[in-house]
Formats: sequence, structure tokens, C-alpha cells
Amino acid sequence: MNWLINDNNKCESIFDIPVLSINDLRQEIIQMKKRVVGFFGKQENDNVHLFVVLADDSEGKLYVSSAIFPPEIKEYESLTQELPSFHMFEREFYEEFNIKPLNHPWLKSVRNHKNKYEFFEMKGDEIHQVAVGPIHAGVIEPGHFRFMCCGEKIYELEIQLGWQSKGVEQLFLTSHSNRLAESVCGDSVVAYNIAYSNLVESLSGCEITNKAQLIRLIALEMERCAIHIGDLGAIAGDIAYLMGASIFGATRTLVINTMLEISGSRFARGLIETGGVNYDIDLALSDKIVSVLDKVSNDVERTVKTMLKSPTVASRLEKTGIVSKETAIEMGFTGMTARASGVNLDTRFDYPDKWYKDIENRSTKADGDVYSRTRLRYKEIKQSIYIIKKFLKELEKYSTEPLRVHCPNKMKPDSFVVSMTEGWRGEVVHIAITDTNGKFSRYKIKDASFNNWYALALAVRNNGISDFPLCNKSFNLSYCGNDL
Amino acid sequence: MLDTLKLRIYQGKQYIKDIKNATVKEKFRGFPIIESDTIDETICPLGAISNNPAAVDMGKCTFCGCCARNTKAVKFTNFYKLASTSREKLIITEGMNEKDFYKSAIEVNKEIKKIFGHSLKLRQVSAGGCNGCEMELNACSNVNFDMGRFGIDFMASPRHADGLVITGPISENMAFALEDCYKSTPDPKIVILTGACAISGGIFQNSQKLNREFISKHKIDLYIPGCPVHPLTFINALLDYLGI
Ligand code: SF4
Ligand code: SF4
Repeated sequence: MNWLINDNNKCESIFDIPVLSINDLRQEIIQMKKRVVGFFGKQENDNVHLFVVLADDSEGKLYVSSAIFPPEIKEYESLTQELPSFHMFEREFYEEFNIKPLNHPWLKSVRNHKNKYEFFEMKGDEIHQVAVGPIHAGVIEPGHFRFMCCGEKIYELEIQLGWQSKGVEQLFLTSHSNRLAESVCGDSVVAYNIAYSNLVESLSGCEITNKAQLIRLIALEMERCAIHIGDLGAIAGDIAYLMGASIFGATRTLVINTMLEISGSRFARGLIETGGVNYDIDLALSDKIVSVLDKVSNDVERTVKTMLKSPTVASRLEKTGIVSKETAIEMGFTGMTARASGVNLDTRFDYPDKWYKDIENRSTKADGDVYSRTRLRYKEIKQSIYIIKKFLKELEKYSTEPLRVHCPNKMKPDSFVVSMTEGWRGEVVHIAITDTNGKFSRYKIKDASFNNWYALALAVRNNGISDFPLCNKSFNLSYCGNDL
Repeated sequence: MLDTLKLRIYQGKQYIKDIKNATVKEKFRGFPIIESDTIDETICPLGAISNNPAAVDMGKCTFCGCCARNTKAVKFTNFYKLASTSREKLIITEGMNEKDFYKSAIEVNKEIKKIFGHSLKLRQVSAGGCNGCEMELNACSNVNFDMGRFGIDFMASPRHADGLVITGPISENMAFALEDCYKSTPDPKIVILTGACAISGGIFQNSQKLNREFISKHKIDLYIPGCPVHPLTFINALLDYLGI
């Protein structure tokens, strides 16, 4: 076998992962025709060990394989030529290990550019460039956008990130904790903390209680719900539909203030701890959550319906910033971005645990434009509220269970585990390898944004530059999740 | 149209009328009270706890609550006015209570009050922040908190700003842009550090990829603790600083 077949959150011995030559591995990857979720190196003495994780989302399995680069091999034929979805992964691998993927179409820095970077340039009398960032006009994270425009029309957008980079993966090796996990990407506190906790629990053979599992998932869905509502407000704001911006802003407040009532933090920081959770949801609180969510559901529905009925709104959202289904598949876009283009990827339902197994997930019409991404958020808000209520009901059965169990401080040595959680943007992937002492020797994080930033670049082509903010908000991708 | 009007009326007014005396929920972890002469330092993943005398440094603390859950030595109140004009004053020792802290935490500068008291325009720079503090700063301008009513707003350009609000531990890659932004802001200007990351490096303090020269090089006018900073903490910090 050239692949180890694995499950989400299942820990395997590192010695069971096949080691191929890079050429064989390359051929294998091309033949498999599966989606890439991990492609990263690890220094092993003088060698660089390349690990690949491919996902088969229809059967809910992960395929793992690897290749070793001895010090004299410093290049290989790039995969991106055959499989464009590898473009960021290969750039990252090159940047970190200086092993060159030959004939990569645009081999440049992902993060460590130290403010020096190339960008694609178009020349012509009518062409002008617009440079934005790293510091943007609003209160947002930094990144650089370079537009090639003809008049007001965008021909090409190149996105250079890396300004947020602070060596997070390295910090996981020296001092990992739930606090670090929830600070990697502060708009996805719950998703990141669940991914990390599941991973550590898998490595230390720790089984958390049903109660703790449910509380985590309730928080995960509340996070999704809150961000989607906030983003509907941001979308409304960008088309100057200010009533929408105000109402969604206030409605989001209701959700995050409820998170505060659960955990003491509006973003559920401090809620999740390896071994379980720190705070309970008792019956009284559960009733309160349900009544808040009923109001939220009603307000969102009413506002979305009123907003989308307005022809001036529809004209700004429809057919703006299109990402086609074919492109989404070819480029390996994931999560919400993929779903809005009609590609139904969702780790909650593709790799279901016992709680999501019975939840019906109907897909909706998706045309890949801003309108579809707006509709999708609305659908997911409703769905999350439904799931939260269901899980709250379920939670009543486990009221006597403890919140946390003791999680042994020792992780299995020489092991490999992939942990995927569906955050509101899409899959949050944490992958860890432990050494002979059971300490992390490699920690790899991949946010959905790592794949999806390119979707924004493609979406704005042939759109007016004034629609860029709107397109951007419709995706709302993460800078720190990409920069790490 | 009718639906729009009905919806508008149904939503009514939602702003918090009295920002200065608004209360947050019991569970919110705000000002820490230290109830013992020693605290187990190893509990804190941030190195915010020290002994002799027993202390919690709010400039490092992420208010994760770990210490309060695991010892009786620290307790969190829901008092959210945590800002100070002095870095040292953020270190809370045994026996201090929120009232004493608040009384002396912020020194109003008469000149600042005169210049910026009616209008303060700020440029925000996220320098390695996790987007947590950024989201809370955005929330300051929503219909609930409505910071704009005090004449305080965020600007698109540093050239239109009276000061900088920095979030994040200052990543190496952002150091240059931050310095540039500072230079582009006309004098007189103020510098505000927002969140554990900006004040001390926070959870990223041991990262090799930070460059915090900016902090030692320039005068810092206001420190606002939190992880992230609660909108009420932020707005009240500015109101107190401006003597409003
Ligand atoms: S609440 Fe603050 S002092 Fe206590 S453990 Fe967390 S970071 Fe440390
Ligand atoms: S202080 Fe906390 S919330 Fe603010 S940027 Fe740092 S990690 Fe994020």
C-alpha cells in the first residue's frame, strides 16, 4: 500500500505511514484525484520528510503518505502544474525548506517576505495599478492587495499576505495550550480550540463526556451563527444598506453576549479545555439560550427577507464576484466558499461524529456570486440555530455527567493525527506528529482561508473595483489563519 | 417600503444609554482580586502571576480564568474599567480592590483634554493581532455601543488621525508599516495599546517573529487590558482619559 487510510482524529503510528520516493509520491497524488488537506515538511536530521494528507470526502477517509528528501535533493517537479490546488502548499513548502517545486507557475513567498515581494504586472496604456495595504482603511488585519485595472474594471488581483505571521506552529512545539489554540485565529476561537483539544485527546487516549462534547458543539454553532450574522451586517454596510448593518450588528451582539453568559467571554475564550469544558449549561441557562435564539432567528429572517426583496440590494449582490463550481473544485476551495459555488464540502457531515450523524443537511441553490454567499450565510444561521436547540435538548440527558475528565499529561510517542473541525469559514485542520518522548515534533495548521484567498482574487476579475469590499466581505477570509 | 419602515420601528433604539454605568454579566472576567499572599505561578500560561508580593499583571493576563478555577487565591469581578495611563499600575497586588485601582489608574492630561476632548479620531493598526481585539474595536462603533456619539471614531488614513490604536504583539513583518503609520500621523498624537498582545506580547510573547522596538521607542499614552478588550473597557478608557 502506498497510502495509510485514516479517520479524522484517529491517532496512528508514524511508522505506518508509507515512505515513497518523491517521484512515486507525485504520481500517486496525481492518480488519486483527491482533495489536499495537508502537504508539509518536517526536518529530520539532514533530511526533509514531506507528508501528504488527501481527503476523500464522500467516504469520510483521509489518505496519508510521505517522501523523504535527502540533503542533496533540492528540487522536484511541481504538482501545481497538474493540480492547481497545490499552488499554496508548494509555495509554503518551498519557503520553509528551500526545496524547489520546478515549473511552479508563481513561486513566491507566502509569509516570510520581509516586505519585499514580486507581483504580477500588466502593461498597457490604459492599465493602472492600485495598491492597498498592508494597513487597510478599516479596523481589519493587514495584507497587501495589488489590482491591475483598466478604468474601473479589475483585470487581475494579487493578494500578498504574511504580515500577521508570528510563528504560531513553532510556539505549539515549545508551549502548546488551549489558550494558544484559541488565539491563533480570534474569530474562530471555538473551532480552533476544538481542533486542538480533539487532537491532544486523541494522542493521550482521553475520552471526554457526552456533556462536554455537546457543550463544545453548541459553542461551535453559536460562533458560526454570530459571525454569519455579523457578516450579513458587513455585506449590508458595503452596499450602503445601513439599516441592515445596524440590525445585524445588534443581533450579533445578542448571540455573543449569550456566549459570555456561558463562558465569561463574548468569544467563548476559556470555555474549552483538554479533557472537556470549564463551564456548564444548566437548564435555566439552556432556556435562556433558546429564547435568545428564537428572537435572533426571527430578527434575522425578517431583516434578510426585507433586505433581499429590495431591488437595489439584489442588483448589487447578484452576479457580483462569481466563483464557478468548476473553478472551486479545481482550485480546492473549501468550506463556505465551496458550498456557495455548489461544492458540498462540510467536515461536520462528511466526517460526522455521533452528534452530526443524524442531522439532515440539504444543499441550496448556489451560483458562486455574492448573492449566493449571502443566502448561504442566512441558511447556515437557521441551520445552526436548529442544531443548537437540538443539542441543548440532548444535553439534558447528560446533566449528571462531569464537565471534565482527567486527561493524562502524556501523549503517545511516534504518532500522527489529523484533526478537522468545521469552523464557520470551513475546515480548520490541525495535524500533529509526536517524537519518541510523546512531545510534538511538528504541528501544522491549515485554515480554510489558506485555500480560499485565491477564490477572492478570482472572484473580483472583471468586476468594478468599487465592488471589491463587497466581494471581500462576502468571503471574510482570515489573515492570521493564513499567516500563522 | 412599508416592510422596511415596520422593521425599523420594531427594532427601536438599542444604544446603551449610560455607557459609564453600564453593567456586564456576572460571569465576565474583569478586575482580579487577590485573596492570598502567595499564588501558584505555574498555573498561568502567560506568566502574568508573580509572588512577593502576590500579583496579577493585567498587561499580560488574558483573563482566561484558569487561576480562578484552580486556586482560591484569585477571583475575578465583572468590573471592566481596566485601563491605565501607567504600565506599572496594571500590576494588581493583594488587597487592592477595583475602586482604589480605578481612582488613580488614569491621569487626565489637561492639554490632551483641551485638544481632543470634543473630537478624537483614531487610526487602528493590527500588528499581528488575532482579529479578536479588532472585532471588539469594530463593535465599539455598532448601534449598541455607539462610540461615535462622543466624537470618537476610527479613520481610514493616519493623516486624518489624532492617534494610533495598536492591537497585536507586533509581528516582524508589521514593524515597518506601524512605524510608517506613526510617522504619517500628525502631531500632537497619542498611542494606545489595546489588548494583552499589544501591551506585553500576550500569548505570543515568546515568539521569535516579533519586533517590539516600537513600544520602547515611543511614548505610550494609554494601556487597555483584555483578550480581547471589551467594548465597554475601550470606550470608558477613552472617556476617562479625555476627562469626559
Ligand atoms: S486569568 Fe490571567 S492570571 Fe489567571 S491564569 Fe489566566 S492569564 Fe494567568
Ligand atoms: S489580546 Fe487576545 S484577542 Fe487581542 S489580539 Fe491578542 S490574542 Fe487576540
